[in-house]
Amino acid sequence: MDITSILYPVLSIGGMGVVFGAFLGFAAIKFKVETDPRVPKVRECLPGANCGGCGYAGCDALADAIVKGEAPVNGCPVGGAAVAEKVGAVMGVKAGAGEKMVAFVKCNGNCDAAGTKYEYFGIEDCEMEANLAGGRKLCSYGCLGDGNCVKACNFGALRIENGIAVVDEEKCVACGACTKVCPKHLIDLVPYGSPVRVQCNSNDMPKVSKDNCSNACMGCQLCARNCPEKAVSINAFLAKVDYSKCTGCGTCTEKCPTKAIKHFN
Amino acid sequence: MNLLVILITAVFINNYVMSQFLGICPFLGVSKKVETAAGMGVAVIFVMALASAASWLVFNFILVPLKLDYLYNIAFILIIASLVQFVEMFIKKSSPSLYQALGVFLPLITTNCAVLGVAVSNMQKGYNFIEAVVNGVGGAVGFALAIILFAGIRERIARNKILPAVQGFPLALISAGLMSIAFLGFSGLSL
Repeated sequence: MDITSILYPVLSIGGMGVVFGAFLGFAAIKFKVETDPRVPKVRECLPGANCGGCGYAGCDALADAIVKGEAPVNGCPVGGAAVAEKVGAVMGVKAGAGEKMVAFVKCNGNCDAAGTKYEYFGIEDCEMEANLAGGRKLCSYGCLGDGNCVKACNFGALRIENGIAVVDEEKCVACGACTKVCPKHLIDLVPYGSPVRVQCNSNDMPKVSKDNCSNACMGCQLCARNCPEKAVSINAFLAKVDYSKCTGCGTCTEKCPTKAIKHFN
Repeated sequence: MNLLVILITAVFINNYVMSQFLGICPFLGVSKKVETAAGMGVAVIFVMALASAASWLVFNFILVPLKLDYLYNIAFILIIASLVQFVEMFIKKSSPSLYQALGVFLPLITTNCAVLGVAVSNMQKGYNFIEAVVNGVGGAVGFALAIILFAGIRERIARNKILPAVQGFPLALISAGLMSIAFLGFSGLSL
């Protein structure tokens, strides 16, 4: 047996390994991308849910943006003030306390209140149902209750109750995942603990709104006229609360004939 | 004409995922969304074209002259792994935006057996350099086609209420099997 038949394979494969290894090592130096040492530190402070609530592709992308100065240190809506403080310590910036927000479903058209135009037996998916003449509800603005937001929520903060989505405000971290999947764009982020909210999103004419759903806002102006703080305005037959002005006195909720504007907390 | 035959054969008839069952791992792992599936597909096209060229060169200029062609498997693994590493570094430096799009998929391709399968089949069929590259691109396009179609199917499935017993991977495997049967139809093509 010829010794070369052992030597050649060992040398050639070993040689290839050495050449490739050296080449990769050289390339690693040559093509080195400078990363700021603060990026991994900031990344450690972030929750790591990769929910995308900050508007970046994930926690790594947000850490990168914070270090570059493109995002504020309190850019993470999930971590809130605690995380902002830690990130601020890494970045050497004092974190302004970000206001805690929660998701809020602007519809109270539950099974008792809202009329339907047909019975839906299709796939339990809001987007699919919305494709069928805007969904089974007479009101084309209302919650379909098939739970796309429930599926989208990583924190178990949403549930379907009596045909409409309801947010558990203690579990909600305001990542905004549900606001993006709702085909009716019903879910908004509102300040946590804001006392008065409008639980309707219908821009229909008053009579149409009233016929479609007994809980609808008809844009009757009673709330706007009676608000002592001028915090409520009506636009396109729909009341809107300015949360920065609202004191939670409850005048509007008493006057509202359909209780579409409601007292929370 | 010959090249066209090789291309069509690689894309449809000998589809690496659907007929030869290579590269199943990324096929099942990265096919939850059409968007990521397309990213993976593009990354595979890129790497497979490079890998088939590099492995052809090493095989014909190093292994064959030294009569070491029986070592092709080890050599190809070595080439593909280091090539993917290098491509990742190169893209990261030269084009951060491309890295954002492909970067996460590149390490997955390092151990993708479809890439190794292309290199091996190039060698076994005795293709010349151009044919080998065309076969590589064709195989990768076939992979991209399969994974994007499959991701579309899985997106639709995800909307349905599924029997708990087959939820998730079992149903993905069943639909992959059905898709494979559909691809069997291409084997009737005679080119």
